[in-house]
Parts: sequence; C-alpha cells; structure tokens
Amino acid sequence: MNWVSEVVRPRIKTLFRRETPENLWVKCPDTGQMVFQKDVEANLWVIPGSDHHLRMNSTQRLKMMFDEGTWLDVALPDAPVDPLRFRDEKKYLDRLKDARAKTGLRDAFKVGFGRLEGSPTVIAVQDFGFMGGSLGMAAGEAFLRGAETALDKRTPFVLFAASGGARMQEGIFSLMQMPRTTVAVRKLNEARLPYLVVLTNPTTGGVTASYAMLGDIHLSEPGALIGFAGPRVIEQTIREKLPPGFQRSEYLKAHGMVDAVVHRRDLKATVARLCRQLMKQPLPEAAAEPETGAPPPPVAA
Amino acid sequence: MRAFLDFEKPVAELEAKVDELRALGENGDGVAIGDDVIRLEAKAAAALKDLYANLTPWQKTLVARHPDRPRFLAYAETLLTEWTPLAGDRKFGEDEAILAGFARFRGEPVCVIGQEKGTNTETRLRHNFGMARPEGYRKAARLMELADRFGLPVLSFVDTAGAYPGIDAEERGQAEAIARSTEACLALGAPNISLVIGEGGSGGAIAIATANKVLMLEHSVYSVISPEGAASILWRDPSRAQDAATAMKITAQDLLRFGIIDEIVPEPTGGAHRGPHEMMNRAGDAIEAALRDLAGREPDELRRLRAEKFEAIGRTIG
Repeated sequence: MNWVSEVVRPRIKTLFRRETPENLWVKCPDTGQMVFQKDVEANLWVIPGSDHHLRMNSTQRLKMMFDEGTWLDVALPDAPVDPLRFRDEKKYLDRLKDARAKTGLRDAFKVGFGRLEGSPTVIAVQDFGFMGGSLGMAAGEAFLRGAETALDKRTPFVLFAASGGARMQEGIFSLMQMPRTTVAVRKLNEARLPYLVVLTNPTTGGVTASYAMLGDIHLSEPGALIGFAGPRVIEQTIREKLPPGFQRSEYLKAHGMVDAVVHRRDLKATVARLCRQLMKQPLPEAAAEPETGAPPPPVAA
Repeated sequence: MRAFLDFEKPVAELEAKVDELRALGENGDGVAIGDDVIRLEAKAAAALKDLYANLTPWQKTLVARHPDRPRFLAYAETLLTEWTPLAGDRKFGEDEAILAGFARFRGEPVCVIGQEKGTNTETRLRHNFGMARPEGYRKAARLMELADRFGLPVLSFVDTAGAYPGIDAEERGQAEAIARSTEACLALGAPNISLVIGEGGSGGAIAIATANKVLMLEHSVYSVISPEGAASILWRDPSRAQDAATAMKITAQDLLRFGIIDEIVPEPTGGAHRGPHEMMNRAGDAIEAALRDLAGREPDELRRLRAEKFEAIGRTIG
C-alpha cells in the first residue's frame, strides 16, 4: 500500500461518485413507480403523478419557504449532552456523532429568519433525518430560541413538525421539553404573534402532545401520519387492524384537529397569506392584482 | 328555469307570457309583438314590485328559504378575497354546516363565520342543510378567540333553520356549545357584524349573531323557533304555521322596530335571488359602513357597547 492507493484512488472515486449519484431514480412508496430524481426534486419532492409527498430535510424546507431560498440561520444554544450517559446497543454519544456527520446539523432542529413573501418570519424545522426528529434537550432549546427570536423581532413563528416523539436516550429530560415548549407557545400567544404549525410526515408522540398541537392554525401535508401513539403500538396493544387512512392528515381534519390539508406547492402561499392576515399586514403589491375576484384557492383537501 | 313560490303565481304567469311572446318575436314579425312585450314586461315588473312590497310574514319565510336564494358561499365568493376556510373544533370533528376562516373584506383582514345550507343535494347533505352540530359552534368559538387575540373584526352570515336536533348533537353537548359560542361573541375585543341572509333560526343563530351590529336582509326572518315548530307547540297543529309566523313577529321590519336588529339591507325587487350581484354589493356596503362606525374603538369599549346593547333589549318597548 502506498499513498496512491490510500489517498489518491479514493479521492478519484469520490469525484466520480459525485458525477453519477447513486439514487438517480426514486421509487414512489404508493405506486412503486420509478421516477427520475431530478423531476422529483424540481417538484418539491412530491412524486409527479401519484402526488406522494416525500420527506424533505430542514435545509430543503427552509429553501422552499423563504424568498429567493435565502435566510439567516438562527444560532441555536448548546444543551447538556447525554445527561444519562445512555447506552443501548450503541452509545448515545456515538449515535449523536453519526447523526451529526450524516446531516451536518448539531441536532434535530434548524431555525431560519428571513422573508416570507416579503414579510420577516421565523421558521423552525424539525429534521426527521436526525435521529427521527426526536425531541431532546437541544431540540427543546432550539424551539425556545426560535420562539424568542420571533418575540424579539415581532414576527410570526412557523413550525414544521416532523418527529417520532421524545428522545428516549435523554429520558425524563426529554419529557420535560413538553412543558418547556408549551411555555414558549404561551409567550407567543400573549404577545399576539401568530404561531402556525405545519404537520409533516410523520409527527407523533410527545411532539404532537405538546407544541405541535398548540398552533393558532394547523396545516398539514397530504397523507402525513399524525398521532400520539404510533399505529404499530396501537395495533399490538388492541390486537386489531387499524382502518385505512387512520391517523393521516385527512383523517385528522375530519376529526377536528387540522385546519386544512395543503398540497406542498400551495404551502408557502397559504402560510404567507395567513400570517399577513393575522398580523394585519396589507396585501403585497404584486399579489394584490391577480387575487381580486379570483375563485378561492384550493386550500382544503 | 326560475323556481316560483306559490304566491308568485300571477307574476309567473305574466313572465311566462313575456317569454312566449319573445319566442314568437324571434320567428319574425317583430314590431307589433315588440310593443306587447314591453307593455307586458312593465306589467309583470309592477306586479312583482307590488307583491314584494306587501309580503306577509309567512311569505317572507318562504322567500328566506327560497331554493335559489344566495347562500353564504355566494357572499364569500363575491365579497371576500384570500378566503381561507379553516376546519375543526380541536375536540371531535369538522362540521361544514358552519364554515369559518380568515379572509380579506375590501382589502382588510377579517375573520368570517357563515352558516351554509348548500345549493344542491350533494352540498345540502355535506352542509347538513345549514344545521350545525356542537363541533360547528365550537369551531366558531375557537376562531372568534383567535380573532380576538389578533384584533380582527368578525363577520358572521346567519342562515339556519336552527341547530341540528339529533341524538349525537345532544350527546356531545349542543347546548353548551351554543352557550360558549355566544359567550365568545360577547368576549370579542374586536368589532363583530352579523348579517342574517336567510333564516335566523333560534339558538343556532344567536350563537354567532351576538354582535355589535346585527343586520338583516329585507325579506329574511329571525325567530326563536320556526313557524312550523311554534304551530305544533302552541296550536298543536303544524298546519297553522302561517298564523304562527304572523304572531311571532319574525320579519326584519318587526325586529328593527323592537330594536333587536340595527339595520335592514334592502333586497332587489322580487328578492335576493332575482339580483344576486346587486344584493351582494348592497350587503357589502352595509357591512363596510357598520365596520366604519365601530372603527378605532378600544376592545373594552366594544365589549361594553355590545353588552349594553343586549342588556337594553326589551327595556325600551312600551
């Protein structure tokens, strides 16, 4: 072995890999149809044809929402790491390290401050790719900091929820994020700043049982799984098959929990419109013209 | 095809003749028939005007329930932009008998609550003929609380035979839901305007019509119970509905005299359904004027004015 085989060759390999990405094709989870990845990306990660909404990571989400795809990252505070010195099959610290390497994030939250159709807005996104978007101390701090930033700047606070629930590896400290984030929501309420929640696939567990169900308005993406206990847990407990569509966005709307099921392509406009109305802002000049007299936009699914 | 009510028969006959002559005229031989048409048309218009100037309370009830009468969604489409309906009571379900959401009215953001009866079999079923269950009132109350927090005026459009009388509705606390919704109206620190566009049926109506200003369309009705209901309770005979309608004083004109409502919005001759567009414009102007009257008042003042208005009802009639 010499430096050529150890250093040069792998580098050349990675160069090539970049040019021919492995996942050129995406398989639709609904229909099994194979779709060109570029087409899916250009369609905001919605499969053309079946309209299946694929997961987006936090960066893609912020890019989709903010004007010109640009924003300022809100610096997130550090939280104590691994308070329980937890270890299951793997050390929690190693899991964290892996998740950080994989996502480039410090934890499961990304918070951006930027313009949404011209209006300053704080948007927080939970990244499911980081340990299932689980809610631990760092995520709790991130939510609090996001809400504080909105309070400081007097802007709406928009949350994109995506989470498997509490982070088991932080035990009781994770559970305590439920009341902590609720305090932050109450502060937004008291300051009369809009707090909009967008429920994305999946939003479950302690996240749903706290800040994700306390929005002034709840929007959700089509077909998203939203619930407290996951469907597998319920099935195993009651030993019954669950009805089709159970705990999906449309089901939650019919059961009074979600205001509107919004297709991803309409999401930015819908969030922006509601924020403007609740903040009593005038219509933006450009949007004012085509809106008048037009039929109501299809927000309700 | 226009749907005619029974009492409109003379007008219907005249209008049918006009149509007949028109069809003849199109087959040539124009002049003589043209004169006839104009004369007959004038006669039909006069008969319609005459008829609608003197509607009995029962006839007004029928007009208020006319199948072609513009419903809430027609007003929403015409008067609102950025209409974003929001669903659900966050407790049990979504009830489409009451639609509610945020929108802009003449450019200004508002909260809108409307009872929708539907316009065909499919939509009538979906909206349960405009009869809300507890979920509908709880959704209304939830949105009024939001409107209060963000200081947005609330516009409500009333058109219901009443709250839905059903086992499920009772089980889930219909009465409590109506009471809370009325309370939410009174707690509003933003101005609220109610417009009765068809039927204002009892508690089902007051739950969203406890407002700073209550307006009624000229031929709409508003009462504690439907004439049929009153007839079956008081006369033990539902066929006495006409007598009940008269006895109960349910017309906009009666209610304005009693100080129950603040203003009557005139309808086009022959009722709102004969000139929907004109009707919407008049309704929009009336709502705008009412909002202007209340503009710039503090939340506490709005609450006080509303409370005093309802406290005073009945104390001034002698």
